Amino acid sequence: MGEAAIIRPKRGTQALAMHERVNESWESAETIPVAVRDLTKVYGTVTAVDRISFTLAPRSTVALLGGNGAGKTTTIAMLLGLVVPTSGEVRVFGADMSRNRYQVAERLNFQSPYVDLPMRLTVRQNLTVYAGLYGIANAIERIAFIAEDLQITALLDRPTGKLSAGQKTRVGLAKALLNAPELLLLDEPTASLDPDTADWIRQKLKEYADARDATILLASHNMAEVERLADRVILLDSGRILEDEASDVLLETYGRETLEDVFLDVVRGRSWREARGDAAPARRAS
Amino acid sequence: MSKLSTPLGAVPVILPPAGLNASLRRIATMVRRYIYLLRSSGIRLIELIYWPFLQMLTWGFLQKYLAATTSPLAQAAGVLIGSVLLWDILFRSKIGFSTTFIEEMWSRNLGNLLTSPLRPFELVAALSVWSVIRLGVSMVPVVAAAYLIFGFNLLDLGLALVAFFAVLVLTSWSLGLLSAGVILRYGLGAEEFAWSLAFVLLPLSCVYYPVAVLPHWLQPIALALPPTHVFEGMRSILLHGTFDATELWLALALDAVYLLAGYLAFSWFLQRARVNGSLLQLGE
Repeated sequence: MGEAAIIRPKRGTQALAMHERVNESWESAETIPVAVRDLTKVYGTVTAVDRISFTLAPRSTVALLGGNGAGKTTTIAMLLGLVVPTSGEVRVFGADMSRNRYQVAERLNFQSPYVDLPMRLTVRQNLTVYAGLYGIANAIERIAFIAEDLQITALLDRPTGKLSAGQKTRVGLAKALLNAPELLLLDEPTASLDPDTADWIRQKLKEYADARDATILLASHNMAEVERLADRVILLDSGRILEDEASDVLLETYGRETLEDVFLDVVRGRSWREARGDAAPARRAS
Repeated sequence: MSKLSTPLGAVPVILPPAGLNASLRRIATMVRRYIYLLRSSGIRLIELIYWPFLQMLTWGFLQKYLAATTSPLAQAAGVLIGSVLLWDILFRSKIGFSTTFIEEMWSRNLGNLLTSPLRPFELVAALSVWSVIRLGVSMVPVVAAAYLIFGFNLLDLGLALVAFFAVLVLTSWSLGLLSAGVILRYGLGAEEFAWSLAFVLLPLSCVYYPVAVLPHWLQPIALALPPTHVFEGMRSILLHGTFDATELWLALALDAVYLLAGYLAFSWFLQRARVNGSLLQLGE
């Protein structure tokens, strides 16, 4: 690992604390599931992610919360090595994901609505292929267990393309959990699901995180999901981190009942003082 | 082997991810995935044989017609059918490589593959192995049919056939790598490029006529293409019963250069796709 450069804080004491955490964790990055420093992605004239820094502590569940175009998917793609940052660094268990992602590839997995499993293959065939790629020696046993746990045993021999959205989500989750990843990256894991199925998926994720001591990074704009799963929230807007705090601290700071209200305060440019009525609210000019 | 100690039911036993065995295992897994895909559709299987069979029939009957004329060239046994079959080895192998790669994009599976422990060179190796398997499925029945219908036995080319096969398949991989790279970078909009790339070689590699037919200025370009040496060699065997092995070594050397260039191009396009974020937008 190269010499760690010190990041200059940009915003207040909270930002200072966050940057200190990043700089400290950089030194012991191999034990830190995710360490992101000054991460920036520019597509042409559009800055999708703008100098963000954060770390994920082991066994934490953190939500990347933001509206459409906030930079959530691009951030996750950079963590996975699917997108190369314009500047800044991403380390997963100490590995630089732009250069050495294969050092840690079998320790993480992901699920996203932007990718699918091949439709013509049966669920069992798809899971068998990914078990092979992740080097799972006891694939038959593992697939049977995961299928039972996620209630897809009856679907195993059906073509993946013939499944409903909810069933496909469960199969995608089965693929993401096959190798029992220490780090699970989820992009909108319950998008387009009915509330019952979505709730069931959230429960499964929580059970998995507890059983595996796994770290989860969850990109979402679903507040119920974030409140249910995340113990920390990173609020993104226009590629920048606006807040990075524990959920309950955010609620308390903004004096709000729900994260949805906090989210609206933040993206509409109301500071926590304004939200609490300490000052006249000033809407962001659009 | 490392066994996880968390209470997760049947915990996965993860094999060592690095080394030759791990690479071979992942390549075999990908080939298995392609076999699943082929097995899932009987139509695909029939299609693999259908086009080369029709091609062989057409040129076979033409050969039969010409054989009745007085032209000594036309009477040379099987030159046209031989050309068709060898061209199909190149074309089908290239199509097998490209189609299988495009299939990953159609099914929006590439993101899953590229975030798994599968290395890009392993993906390329699996596509290469699969292109040869597909070629076998496609060409063995057609070669047999050429013998049964027209009495043309491709195996009469002897050991040279093995070398011809190697040269053509290696060329097809170079073309496959280039088209896969372009599609990675520019998306499925560039699919037409993948289909048509092999046809650039059709007039230049002198499939149906000798190099001497080409204008002088075009001949060095033709000779810089490995398949040209294969088709010249085949005509030499069938018409004169002689064969210059130096030509084949030259063709194999050229193939090595093109294969390296193809892999470098693929790697470069893949890196550009990562920079441009196009891996996030791939799919139908």
